[in-house]
Amino acid sequence: MTQRQYQAHIYVTLRRSVLDPAGTAVESGLKNMGYDNVTGIRIGKYVELSICASDEQQARNQLDRICDELLANPVIENYRFELTEVATVQKAEVNS
Amino acid sequence: MKFGVIVFPGSNCDRDLVWVTEGLLDQPTRLVWHQDTDIADLDVIVLPGGFSYGDYLRCGAIARFSRVMPEVVKHAERGKFVIGICNGFQVLTESGLLPGALIRNRDLHFICDRVPVKVENTRLPWTSTYDPGQVITLPIAHGEGRYYADADTLDELETNNQVVFRYCTPDGAIDAAGNPNGSLNNIAGICNRNGNVLGLMPHPERASDPVLGATDGIKLFESLLGAAVAAV
Repeated sequence: MTQRQYQAHIYVTLRRSVLDPAGTAVESGLKNMGYDNVTGIRIGKYVELSICASDEQQARNQLDRICDELLANPVIENYRFELTEVATVQKAEVNS
Repeated sequence: MKFGVIVFPGSNCDRDLVWVTEGLLDQPTRLVWHQDTDIADLDVIVLPGGFSYGDYLRCGAIARFSRVMPEVVKHAERGKFVIGICNGFQVLTESGLLPGALIRNRDLHFICDRVPVKVENTRLPWTSTYDPGQVITLPIAHGEGRYYADADTLDELETNNQVVFRYCTPDGAIDAAGNPNGSLNNIAGICNRNGNVLGLMPHPERASDPVLGATDGIKLFESLLGAAVAAV
C-alpha cells in the first residue's frame, strides 16, 4: 500500500473579534522603538507536524479534524495550514 | 455526599479541596487520577485549579482528552454535580460542558489577589445559602481568566440566569473598575442550563478555612450539602 508523507505547517490565530492583549503590547513596544508605521499586530501559534496518508485529501481531512478538536479552539481561534509532500512510503500489507 | 477531586498532571489545588470537603465539612472524598474511569460512586466531581498538562497549547485543552473526561461528561449529563475551579473551569469550557472560553487577561498580568465578587443567582444548589446580590470576597490567581463568548452565547447566558458570579467593585457596582481581567460582562462564573455544572475562576476553597482569614467560599460547598439534604 502506498502511503505519502506530508509536512504540515499549521497557523492558529485569534479570531478578529477577540482582543489580543499580547499583540497590542508588542505594537506599543514597536511604537516606543519609533516604528509608527506598524499596526494590526496579532500573535498566534505555529505548529508543525508530519502526517502519513494515502493521498492529500485524506491528509487534509485529518488535519481539519486535528485542528478543530485540539490545536485550535473554534470559539476564539481560526486556523489554516500548508501541506507539502515530502516522501512516498511503500508499506508492506500486514497479514496479506 | 461523596466528592471526587480529579487529579490531572499539573493540578495543584486538589488537596486544598480535599481539605475543605473532607477536613472541614466531614464528607467522604477521594482523589481520582485522570486515567481512572470508574467514578460511579461519586456525587460531586471537582475539577481543581492548577496547570493541567502544563497548560501547553491552551489552558485545559489537553486535559479535555484525558481518559476520565468522558465519564465526567456522562456524570454531568445524568444531572449530577460537576464544579470546575480556575483551571477546572477552563477544562469545562474546552470540553463543551460550559460555553465560551477563558483567554489571556486584558492587561497580560498574572493576577493573584482577593477581589469582590457578586453572587448573581442564588436559586442554584451551589449558591442557596448566599443572599441574592451579596458581595463576597474570593481569591483569584490566573493569567488566562478573561471570559469570552460570542454575543449570542452571552445573550443566552444572561437570559437564562446562567451567570452565577460577577466581578464587581467593593460596593457591588458591575463596571470596568471592578473587572480585574477584562471578562465580558464581568463574568467570574457560569453554570450550564440545568444548573448542575458550575465553573468559576475565583477559588472558593482558598476562602473556606478560618485559619486563612477568609470564609466567604465555604458557603458554596455548604449550599451543595444543603441541596443534597433537601433532595432526600
